[in-house]
Amino acid sequence: MKQRTSTLLAVAALTAAFAAHAQQPAKKTAPPAKAAAPAKSAITEEFEKFREVLEEDNPAELFEAKGEDIWKNRKGPDGGSMAQCDLGLGAGVVKGAYVQMPRWFADAGQVMDAERRVVHCMMKYLGYKEADIRKQPFSNVNKTPDHVSVITYVAAQSRNMKIAAPQKHPKEKEAYNVGKEIFAFRGGPYDFSCATCHGADGMRIRTQDLPNLRKPDQAIRAYQGWPGYRMTGGFMLTQQWRMNDCFRQQRFPEPSYLSDSVTALLAYMTVTANGQVYKGPGIKR
Amino acid sequence: MKKTIVFAAAALACTAALADEVRNYRAEAVAMLKRDFKAKGIAGTDRLHEDSVQAICNRSGDNPPKDVAARLEQDQLEAIKYPADGKLMGDWKEGEKIAQSGRGMTWSDKAGIPGGGNCYNCHQIAPSETSFGTIGTSLYQFGKTRGNGPDIQKYVYGKIWNAKAFNLCSAMPRFGHVGALTEKQIKDLVALLLDPQSPVNSK
Repeated sequence: MKQRTSTLLAVAALTAAFAAHAQQPAKKTAPPAKAAAPAKSAITEEFEKFREVLEEDNPAELFEAKGEDIWKNRKGPDGGSMAQCDLGLGAGVVKGAYVQMPRWFADAGQVMDAERRVVHCMMKYLGYKEADIRKQPFSNVNKTPDHVSVITYVAAQSRNMKIAAPQKHPKEKEAYNVGKEIFAFRGGPYDFSCATCHGADGMRIRTQDLPNLRKPDQAIRAYQGWPGYRMTGGFMLTQQWRMNDCFRQQRFPEPSYLSDSVTALLAYMTVTANGQVYKGPGIKR
Repeated sequence: MKKTIVFAAAALACTAALADEVRNYRAEAVAMLKRDFKAKGIAGTDRLHEDSVQAICNRSGDNPPKDVAARLEQDQLEAIKYPADGKLMGDWKEGEKIAQSGRGMTWSDKAGIPGGGNCYNCHQIAPSETSFGTIGTSLYQFGKTRGNGPDIQKYVYGKIWNAKAFNLCSAMPRFGHVGALTEKQIKDLVALLLDPQSPVNSK
């Protein structure tokens, strides 16, 4: 416990330092003679160094523990529990389930990604209300909602396992194909699609390397590290949050939480990353 | 009798395969987006309706037939509004600020506030800024090699106003065309690229 506390204190100090650093305008270096393309920025390098340190003892574990407690001990108003929840591998089976979604769920009549399925179960068995979940679907500094902790727990139970999103059911294939089209759809005032930034190799925004999400070896980068512990705030963010923020930056209107569109997009990107190893909940700035 | 059944089965299999092939996932995707996305802040659902350029680029994988592209580029070119005073070069220092700003047009941006040009997100421009993207070409020394005569001024102004007038499915937004940047802002950006005093053109 003592070790845990000191680690957390160290994390808090690092986080604060990083937040302070992030708020400073980037230091201007002397103009390079030929303005050659720079390598990673100093901030990025610094961040990546202590991401490695942090991932060995990720604060995400606190949310994982909270999620585990809800999964194992929480009872619904009718006595239901998450032991009844089928994540695709049988009622109550959590191990390996995260990396095998999105998948078709006959009881819901839908293809669901992990987050959608977890929320579905929490409403069905534990009595969580859809309106409450929609009121705050994503975490902020004040609160990481229960479903986010449960998703973190479920994700951690697929640590170091190969991504294997199924493509057997016609609806799973449909989700992949529709998601592929959503990825390519240009719209909005800037004419952006996902592919504008993530459709070719070796591109950057500012100093941020952009993965080409159409390729298997790079598609893993949209999956790895989610759900992620946001250091500059101390809360967990999920893949659904990431998709939401992508659409914001794409200058689109907002996707409804847990909508078919986001599931389809996740199906496309996850299937593309099939076979790659998922390392579990990660760290984000 | 047996033969008939075999034929019927084969025909059915063919139909099923065909139905799968001709399915229009693009149309399904567009319908799904329109169902799932909601207006938020300044980002209305009208943003999901493709205009003529988006419609053609989306249906051709950003590679439309040449004659179609040429006609649509001409339409876009004719819609460019050049300044009434005929002056296309503003203040490069203001241009640098606009180039730095990545704000504008998201649902978390307020209406009415002048947005940024997002230029450094994708382009190398002034040598002092080493944090630049690579989706667009490098614009470093742009005016140094091209001068700043009336033709190049007109081209740069037009390109920023509407990049699609020159390359129909370009990744670059149509800043003037959609009202993301004002006439004055575009003039300042033209100066950033072409003014001999701009650091873009320094030795």
